[in-house]
Amino acid sequence: MEELFANLALGFQTAVTLQNLIYCFIGVFVGTLVGVLPGIGPLAAIAMLLPATFNLPPVGALIMLAGIYYGTQYGGSTTAILVNLPGESASVVTCMDGHAMAKNGRAGPALAIAAVGSFFAGTVGTILIALFGPPLAEVALKFGAPEYFSLMTMGLIASAVLASGSMLKAIAMIFLGLIFGIVGTDVNSGMSRFTFGASGLADGLSFVVVAMGLFGFGEILSNLEKGEEASSRDLLNAKLTHLYPTWEDIKLSTGSIIRGTAIGAFFGTLPGAGPTISAFSAYALEKKVAKNPEMFGKGAIQGVAGPESANNAAAQCAFIPTLTLGIPGSGTMALMLGALTIQGIAPGPQVMTQRPELFWGLIASMWIGNAMLVILNLPLVGLWVKLLRVPYRLLFPAILTFMAIGVYSVNNLDLDIYLTVFFGLMGYVFVKLKCEPAPLILAFVLGPLMEENLRRALLISRGDPLVFFNRPISATFLILTILLLVVMILPAVRKKREVAYQEPPSA
Amino acid sequence: MKIKSQTDLWSGIMFIGFGLLAIWISRDYPFGTASRMGPGFFPTWIGIIMTVLGVMIAASCLKAEDEDKVGKWAWRPMILMSVGFLLFGWGIDHVGFVPASAALVVIGAAAGTQFRWKEVIPLAIGLVIGCWALFIKGLELPFPLFWWR
Repeated sequence: MEELFANLALGFQTAVTLQNLIYCFIGVFVGTLVGVLPGIGPLAAIAMLLPATFNLPPVGALIMLAGIYYGTQYGGSTTAILVNLPGESASVVTCMDGHAMAKNGRAGPALAIAAVGSFFAGTVGTILIALFGPPLAEVALKFGAPEYFSLMTMGLIASAVLASGSMLKAIAMIFLGLIFGIVGTDVNSGMSRFTFGASGLADGLSFVVVAMGLFGFGEILSNLEKGEEASSRDLLNAKLTHLYPTWEDIKLSTGSIIRGTAIGAFFGTLPGAGPTISAFSAYALEKKVAKNPEMFGKGAIQGVAGPESANNAAAQCAFIPTLTLGIPGSGTMALMLGALTIQGIAPGPQVMTQRPELFWGLIASMWIGNAMLVILNLPLVGLWVKLLRVPYRLLFPAILTFMAIGVYSVNNLDLDIYLTVFFGLMGYVFVKLKCEPAPLILAFVLGPLMEENLRRALLISRGDPLVFFNRPISATFLILTILLLVVMILPAVRKKREVAYQEPPSA
Repeated sequence: MKIKSQTDLWSGIMFIGFGLLAIWISRDYPFGTASRMGPGFFPTWIGIIMTVLGVMIAASCLKAEDEDKVGKWAWRPMILMSVGFLLFGWGIDHVGFVPASAALVVIGAAAGTQFRWKEVIPLAIGLVIGCWALFIKGLELPFPLFWWR
């Protein structure tokens, strides 16, 4: 316990400098700004803003990125409540009751409860990371190549199982991502693979290029396909008069916030799962336990409080596997790891012992970022509403320009721009063919790590694949993976999974 | 035989294509043995598995529950956005940041359903100045402004 406080004190000492607070503020502000824009999720937002952090010191850069991350999550729910347009996939659920509340003239309380729920979830998440980070990192230090390989396999399969749509397609997307991850020079033989003779690919494909193409460029294309009428908003013109929730609201939502936080913390920690599945599960649970289930979809405050807390807790706890194991649990976390690497820090359990100020500083700044969101968002709601009035036809050329500059500034390489076009068109094809791109980006980042650990594991075992089953930790991961697959293939569960993703929009 | 799900069929074909391509390209890389993996080992296996998955996905198009069409492609935005981006990539090295980004804004805007010069010109001017202030002045990114410097 004492150590925990000492660690947190170190963290706050690092984070609470004027400079870092400014970085945190900029991150939260810009993140919310981008999150409010329809069609840009956290992943594309972080990819777009990543170059802006290159010149900052490592702690500052991470603090700003974490701020952007929470900001986009939060901005997404603001849009969902005010205009019935989810800024990102995790806030699809918030649309239903949040927007219904706004229509009833209760946009203020909806926004306030979302903010309070997120803040509570964020605080719990921060404490969980501080509590479980160090012991997990200690376990992780004992991991050898087989354990890492099996763990990554589990994470990838989990991301496919939890993705929406066909599981077979999601698994195929993993393999496609692994291939894209291999592009570049092989560390062991020095041979260039899949570079098509381009010297610009010697260091591999840049993840900014892949993320920006799939989630930025591709997203804009599918928005344009839907036409202006789809992106026309049913923005409420009514003034936000009373922001504060009533006593009744608070009584109703307290339980929802706590339950949502627990669900989010659970799914967030699992590698491969994430905010979206947490928000959906929390909504389903709230509807089950509520005394007034008939109100759901018509403006039940629990339908905002539960999912919003869940998605924020998940967003926060996703840092646990990322920071302690060096294995990102989602595409967004992969970007955060990429940012660490760019700053010259090898992610993994050693970060905590070698760079304690960085680790604890980041954790402290997460909490500060969450606090800033509450303070920032309620007074600034008016500003976000104004931003939402900008028509999409003026917005998307601006997003395109920021994307182009962002991609180019990573390596000052025109090839990166051309490759973004390739991945952008691919991203659009994926949308058209109903292939979920999230598992691909995760596999893309893990690809080189997986090959390296597979190679090492098989070298130690002299080519015997049983090495993955002879070691208890590794075997556990693999058995869990197989269980996950088997359970998902069972017809009953498969039906449930389909329903889980379909129920809320039709409810 | 009736193809029910077009999306399944085409995504299957896509994965088979990528899988075969990966196997084909990996032929040139030494395969090695399991205990001493060569650079061709991992990609070849991935290619094989991806091809198999592709076949399974393509085959599932016959027994899909509901009909599923791919639908129309948005050719105009696809082409215009790509051209705008490619021009930007070429332009920023050859003619400088200002013309390259102005061209991207205008061509990009043309990808939308409504295009009004009255809106697009001020938008382009505003964005170029804004990006110049933010990225070149503020973040000190070393982009040449025009072709003469």
